[in-house]
Amino acid sequence: MSVIVEPAVRSGSLDVDRLRRDFPILGTEVHGKPLVYLDNAATSQKPAVVLEALARFYSTENANIHRGVHHLSERATEEFELARLRVARFLGARSPDEIVFTRGTTDAINLVAHSIGRFQFKPGDEIILSGMEHHSNIVPWQEITSQTGARLRVIPVTDAGELDLDAFGRLLSARTRMVAVTHVSNAIGTVNPLERIIAMAHEAGALVLVDGAQSAPHLPLDVATLGCDFFACSGHKMMGPTGIGVLFGRSELLDSMPPYQTGGGMIAQVSFEKTTFAPSPGRFEAGTPPIAGAIGLGAALEYLDAVGLEAIERHEGALLAYATTRLAEVSGLRQIGAGAPQRASVISFVMDGIHPHDVGTILDQEGIAIRAGHHCAQPLMARFGVPGTIRASFSFYNTFAEVDALVAGLEKVREVFV
Amino acid sequence: MADLSQLYQSVILDHNQSPRNCRRMADADQSAEGYNPLCGDQLTVWVRMDGDQIQDISFEGSGCAISKASASMMTQAVKGKNMADVLGLFESFHAMVTGRTADSPTPLGKLAVFSGVSEFPSRVKCASLSWHTLKRALESLPNEAARSNKGTQE
Repeated sequence: MSVIVEPAVRSGSLDVDRLRRDFPILGTEVHGKPLVYLDNAATSQKPAVVLEALARFYSTENANIHRGVHHLSERATEEFELARLRVARFLGARSPDEIVFTRGTTDAINLVAHSIGRFQFKPGDEIILSGMEHHSNIVPWQEITSQTGARLRVIPVTDAGELDLDAFGRLLSARTRMVAVTHVSNAIGTVNPLERIIAMAHEAGALVLVDGAQSAPHLPLDVATLGCDFFACSGHKMMGPTGIGVLFGRSELLDSMPPYQTGGGMIAQVSFEKTTFAPSPGRFEAGTPPIAGAIGLGAALEYLDAVGLEAIERHEGALLAYATTRLAEVSGLRQIGAGAPQRASVISFVMDGIHPHDVGTILDQEGIAIRAGHHCAQPLMARFGVPGTIRASFSFYNTFAEVDALVAGLEKVREVFV
Repeated sequence: MADLSQLYQSVILDHNQSPRNCRRMADADQSAEGYNPLCGDQLTVWVRMDGDQIQDISFEGSGCAISKASASMMTQAVKGKNMADVLGLFESFHAMVTGRTADSPTPLGKLAVFSGVSEFPSRVKCASLSWHTLKRALESLPNEAARSNKGTQE
């Protein structure tokens, strides 16, 4: 299989108009208006190469993997393992054995929480989370605390939307077993200083799990250099299909962890007396995995690599800066937690006297897709004293004209409510 | 195409701006809390009864224009009404915002301004949250609860 993607780079910047043509949905209309898709933090759109990879797999290679000796099964297995290799390279893992395919970030975090937390944590042990976590990096740990007697500690968030690292330092102790923290906030876009967080956590003897759902599609990554113990991300936010996600785990850790789910495909040998498990990553992939999803994700990562993560980061940074300036011109609009020095292309805001959902409905009529609500980050919303926000999140295929469309849409919102 | 001006009618915007009966009630017979986990909207509805009749009703909470206006107009519509009339209104209102026809429709009067909601499926819950909450408050009134308990015993 080979996907040919010519890098659409022009004098150091992205040829966004050309890239947009790779995404069939971006040429469609919503309510008679051209789609302006600014809900990329929820899920990204899919380039044709990914859709074609899925169709090709189902049309010409479909079979179960690691099972048959027949031609198609061997082909499918090869493609599936090639996708694992692509993920490993994309994330900077040392080996594909460090890559576990999951259903998504939530599934990956649950895997670690159950496999390590449930069986190893004791009363008095502590898990440190941050105040800007998505519910998917809160609730699994909360469940573990109720099962083990361990307890949660929370790194506070400053008014600027940064983690208070001094407070983090004070929370760390010999009792800290796990630090589970997001790389990029899905709600306010803060990029957290992972190197420092990881160094501090390791010094205290704790493991670090990074929720990379929001960073993986937007920043160049190298988990080996970062030094995190686990890194979780979702295929569908990185131009890939839904139902496929990734857990990176350091080999030494994965090899020592008990399985999270059991069944076919994850065993070495089964008798009614005793079952032995396959080595990692296989032992964490019970049942038939999302084979097509993994292959689609492989195609997506190849596409992202061809576009170039550095170029993506640059373009999205420019969009964020432009949107920040333009939104500041809208009267009665207040950006939330937007003061961190390093931010990804996510902007959260509220409008005086106008509820986010009303904003969402009116923008939708203009063909503009944004997210309104608590963004599965209710503790962070409570921290900023708002029930929810309006969130615009950009991808590399978004344009400056789309930022203008958003601002014009917000003026319409004000007209309705004045 | 769904029409925005059908959704955000001036009556709705007015009730959003200055919601009626928006206060706590100290001497209520019952209250209930409504919560929409999807958007985080929440409200409390208080009722004071005079026999079978809603003598006074109020609400408080946070929500969008549709949910605030709906709660506000609901309090006006049900004040002084008896239980059967309120349930009739609930059924007809719910049918209207979900785009159905009620089996035995009760005239909705001013509440008809919410008919535009049926064109916006994601907003149906906003319009109906206060009604569901009121229904729960009424069903948990001491004599109602006693009545239905007795019903199950029989």
